[in-house]
Amino acid sequence: MDAALLAELRAILPRPGALLIHEEELRPYECDGLTAYRRLPGAVALPETIAQVQAILKLCHRHGIPVVARGAGTGLSGGALPLDEGVLLSLARFNRILALDPLARTARVQPGVRNLAISEAARPHGLYYAPDPSSQIACSIGGNVAENSGGVHCLKYGLTVHNVIALEVVTIEGERLSIGSAALDSAGYDLLALLHGSEGMLGVIVEVTVRLLPVPERAQVVMAAFDEVPAAGRAVGDIIAAGIVPAGLEMMDGFAIAAAEAFVHAGYPPDAAAILLCEVDGTNEEVSEHLLQVHDLLTRAGATQIRTARDAAERQLLWQGRKAAFPAVGRLSPDYYCMDGTIPRRRLPEVLAGIASLSAEYGLRVANVFHAGDGNLHPLILYDANTPGELARTEEFGARILQLCVEVGGTITGEHGVGVEKLDSMCVQFDRAELSQFHAVKHAFDTEGLLNPGKAVPTLHRCAELGAMHVHGGALPFPELDRF
Amino acid sequence: MPRDQDLGDSLATQVAEAAQTRTALRIEGAGSKGFLGHAVTGETLAVAGHRGVIAYEPVELVLTARAGTPLAEIEALLAEHRQMLAFEPPHYGADATLGGTLACNLSGPRRPYAGAARDFVLGTRIVNGRGEILRFGGEVMKNVAGYDLSRLMAGSYGTLGVLLDISLKVLPRPPAELTLAQEMDAGEALRRMNEWAARPLPLSGAFHDGACVYLRLSGAASAVAAAQRRLGGEPVADADALWHDLREHRHGFFRHDAPLWRLSVAATAALAELPGRWLLDWGGAQRWYAGPAAPEAVRRAAAQAHGHATLYRGHEGAARFHPLAAPLAVVHRRLKAALDPAGILNPGRLYPELEEPGGLGGLSRGE
Ligand SMILES: Cc1cc2nc3c(=O)[nH]c(=O)nc-3n(C[C@H](O)[C@H](O)[C@H](O)COP(=O)(O)OP(=O)(O)OC[C@H]3O[C@@H](n4cnc5c(N)ncnc54)[C@H](O)[C@@H]3O)c2cc1C
Ligand SMILES: Cc1cc2nc3c(=O)[nH]c(=O)nc-3n(C[C@H](O)[C@H](O)[C@H](O)COP(=O)(O)OP(=O)(O)OC[C@H]3O[C@@H](n4cnc5c(N)ncnc54)[C@H](O)[C@@H]3O)c2cc1C
Repeated sequence: MDAALLAELRAILPRPGALLIHEEELRPYECDGLTAYRRLPGAVALPETIAQVQAILKLCHRHGIPVVARGAGTGLSGGALPLDEGVLLSLARFNRILALDPLARTARVQPGVRNLAISEAARPHGLYYAPDPSSQIACSIGGNVAENSGGVHCLKYGLTVHNVIALEVVTIEGERLSIGSAALDSAGYDLLALLHGSEGMLGVIVEVTVRLLPVPERAQVVMAAFDEVPAAGRAVGDIIAAGIVPAGLEMMDGFAIAAAEAFVHAGYPPDAAAILLCEVDGTNEEVSEHLLQVHDLLTRAGATQIRTARDAAERQLLWQGRKAAFPAVGRLSPDYYCMDGTIPRRRLPEVLAGIASLSAEYGLRVANVFHAGDGNLHPLILYDANTPGELARTEEFGARILQLCVEVGGTITGEHGVGVEKLDSMCVQFDRAELSQFHAVKHAFDTEGLLNPGKAVPTLHRCAELGAMHVHGGALPFPELDRF
Repeated sequence: MPRDQDLGDSLATQVAEAAQTRTALRIEGAGSKGFLGHAVTGETLAVAGHRGVIAYEPVELVLTARAGTPLAEIEALLAEHRQMLAFEPPHYGADATLGGTLACNLSGPRRPYAGAARDFVLGTRIVNGRGEILRFGGEVMKNVAGYDLSRLMAGSYGTLGVLLDISLKVLPRPPAELTLAQEMDAGEALRRMNEWAARPLPLSGAFHDGACVYLRLSGAASAVAAAQRRLGGEPVADADALWHDLREHRHGFFRHDAPLWRLSVAATAALAELPGRWLLDWGGAQRWYAGPAAPEAVRRAAAQAHGHATLYRGHEGAARFHPLAAPLAVVHRRLKAALDPAGILNPGRLYPELEEPGGLGGLSRGE
C-alpha cells in the first residue's frame, strides 16, 4: 500500500498496534469463517473512536481506497474478505456496553460487543437479547446487524432487524448518521431496516441500540424421534396449525443425529431418521398447557420416541447435541461446506429428496441440520479439499441446492448473507432490473462504490456471463452508470 | 365477492408512461382522504382495483395479497383459521387497503409487544418510478439476499414505489384475552406500564386515557388468569370495543377539534408540559396530544423525549412530518432518486422540500 497513504493513516491511528501493515500481522485477517477464500488486506486499521472511523473513511474516500468492515470475522459467506489494495477496518476495539436501561429495556452498545455479552449484561435485570445465532459467543453485534442474523429463537422473537431500534452509522464520506431512536419508529424512510443485512455495503455501524426482552418465566424442550423425515415435517406443521409458536423448532436428519450423538451423547436415538427439538417458553401456565398439546401432536404425527427435559441440565444437554452438530459432522470429514437456503416449510420433504438425489449425483455426502420452524436449511456437504477438483464440485453442488430452494419459492440465503460466496446465486434469484435497483440504492449511500466492493450484489455483467439471468424486456436500465 | 384482478402490468405501464413525460402520480388506495401527510397534486393512479388474496398457507404463517385488497377481507379470512395480523392495523374507514396500510406503516395497540407493520413484511412486488416491476424478499421468514427494499416500502407513503403484492407473516390468534382497568394518573401509569413490560407477562396492549390505565392480556387461558391474579384491577366488560375504538380513533379522546399530534417517543420519557390533553398508548411509546401548542413546541417536546411528532390534524400549512437531520435528508433525497429518478411517485407527500415534483433529476446529479 502507498507509503503516503499509510503515513496519513498512521497520523489518524498513532497508538501502537492500531495500524497493521506487516504480512505476519495481516495474516489473521486474510479470511473470515469461509476459509476457502483468502486474501491479505493492504492494511488493517483498528480504530477506537468514532472520530477515527470518520477520519479513516474520509481519507479513503478522498483517495478512492476501498474499505471492508470487519466484526468478529465469523461470517460464513466471505463478507469480510479483504481487498489487497484496500483497508480492512476492524471494529474489534469497539467492545464496550455503553448503557443499559432496565426500565426502558434497551442497551446501547459498541458494534464489536459479542452477541452473548449483551444477554449476560442484561440477565441481572431479568432481561435478555433475543436473537441468538449459533455463533453468539463469538460474533459481534455489528456483524449481526450487517448480516441481519437469526438464530434458533427467530420464528417467535424475530431476526436482528426486529430487535434493534437505533444505529449510529458512518458513511464512506465520513458523515455520521443517527438512524432510528429510542422510540418505536422514526420519521422518514426506514433506513434502519435497509441497513440490516446490507453486508457492510452502505455504511460502517459504530453504535447499536438493542431492545431487551424479559426472560421468560419458563422454557421447556421436547425431543421427538421419527423413523421417516416427512412425518417429522408434518409434525412441524401440526404444531403451528394448533396455534403454538415455539421458541425454537429444530430438525436433524439421520446422518446429523448419528454424528451429534457420537460427539456429545445427548441421548438421541442413533437410528432415528429425523429428530425434532421443540422448545416452548412463556409463563409457567402457558408452557404447561403447550407441552401437553405438543406431546399429543407429536404422538399423533407418529413420533417413535418423545422425551421432555426434566430439568435445566437435561434441556441443556438436548440442545447441546443440536448446537454441536456442525463440529460433530466436521469430525466425520476433512472438510464440510455449510449451505444456507430457505424454503416454504411445506416443501421440505421434496427438497430433502432433491438434495439426496443431488448427493448421489455428485458422490458427496450431506448432513441436514435445520431451523424447521422457519424453513431455513443448512445442508452440510462433506468433502475433502485435498482431493483435486472436489472443492469445485462441492461448490457446484451447493449452488444447485440453492437453485432448488429458489425454485420452490425460497431464497438463496436465510441468514449467512451473500458475501462473495453466493454472488452467482443472486443471478438466479433476481433479474436484471432488480439487481440494477440494488446498485442504485448502493449508489445512494456510496457513490464511488468504495465500501466492501464486489460483495453481496453481482454486477449485471457477471450475471450475463453466467447466462443465469432472466432478462425482462431486454432493456438495460441505468445506462448512465458506467460500472455495469 | 367483488372482482379480484391483477392490474400489475397495467399499473407498471401507467408509471412508465408518467416517467417518460415526468407526470406526477397520486397513488390512491381506497380513496379514503389521507389527511395524513401532505396533499399530492398529480394524476390519480388507482391501485384499489388490484386486489385479491394470492396465497395463504395457514401452516406456513404467511399470506400474500395484492395491495388493493381490503384489510377487512384479509382479516376475515385469517379469522376463519384463527389467525391474525398481529400488528393490528388501524383501518380508518371501511375500505382501507393493505397497500395503504403498509405505505403508511400503520400499527395498532399490539405494536410494542408484537411488532409493527414493517416487522411482518416478508416480501413485496413493487413498481418503481421507472415503471419496472421488481420483487424483493419472499414468502419465507428468513431471507437476507439483497437489500431489504420490502421493509423500506413501509412508511414511505408511496414515494418510493407502488406496492403491488405484499407477503406478510401472520400469527395465531391468542385463545384467551382479558382487559384490566386501574385508576391512576398519567405519570404513575407511565412508570407502571414500563415496569410491567419488563416482566414476563402475556401483555398485548397498555394505554392510559387520562384517568385509567388499561392492560390487555393475551395467551393461553390459564396464563391470562394467572396474570390477572398477579396484576389486580377491574376486568373490562366490552374490551374488544374499547381497543377497537382506540385503534380507529373513535375513542372519546379523539372527538374534538383541537390540533391532533402523534408523538412517537421513548416509552420511559417524562410527560411533556404542553397545554391540552394526552392519551398514552403503546405502553407509553405512542402519545397522542390534542391541544393548541405551537408546532415548534410540540416538535421540541418530541425531540426531548428521543422521538418525533407527526401532525394529524390542524395547523393548516404546517409540515406534517418531523424534520430530518441534515445528513439524513441527503440520504433521503438520494434514495428517492434511486427508486424514482423522475420524482413522479406521490411527490411531496412526505417531505415536499426533498422531493419537488419532477425536480430530482437523474442519478448522475453532481453530488
Ligand atoms: C459456527 C458458526 C455458526 C453460525 N451460526 C449462525 C446462525 O445461527 N445464524 C446466523 O445468522 N449466522 C450464523 N453464523 C454466521 C455469522 O456468525 C454471522 O453472520 C455474524 O453475524 C457475523 O458477525 P461477525 O461479527 O463475525 O461479522 P464478520 O464476519 O466480521 O462480518 C460479516 C459482514 O458484516 C460486515 N460488518 C461487520 N461489522 C460491521 C460493522 N460494524 N459495520 C458494517 N459492516 C460490518 C462485514 O463487512 C461483513 O460483510 C455462524 C457462523 C459460524 C462460524
Ligand atoms: C375517516 C378517515 C380517517 C382517517 N384517519 C386517519 C388517521 O387517524 N391516521 C392515519 O394514519 N390515517 C388516517 N386516514 C388516512 C388513510 O385513509 C389511511 O392511511 C388508510 O388506512 C390507508 O388506506 P387507503 O387504502 O385508504 O389508502 P389511501 O388513503 O388511498 O393511501 C394512503 C397512502 O398510501 C399510498 N398508497 C396507497 N396504496 C398504495 C400502493 N399500492 N402502493 C404505494 N402507495 C400506496 C397513498 O398514495 C397514500 O400516500 C383516515 C382516512 C379516513 C377516510
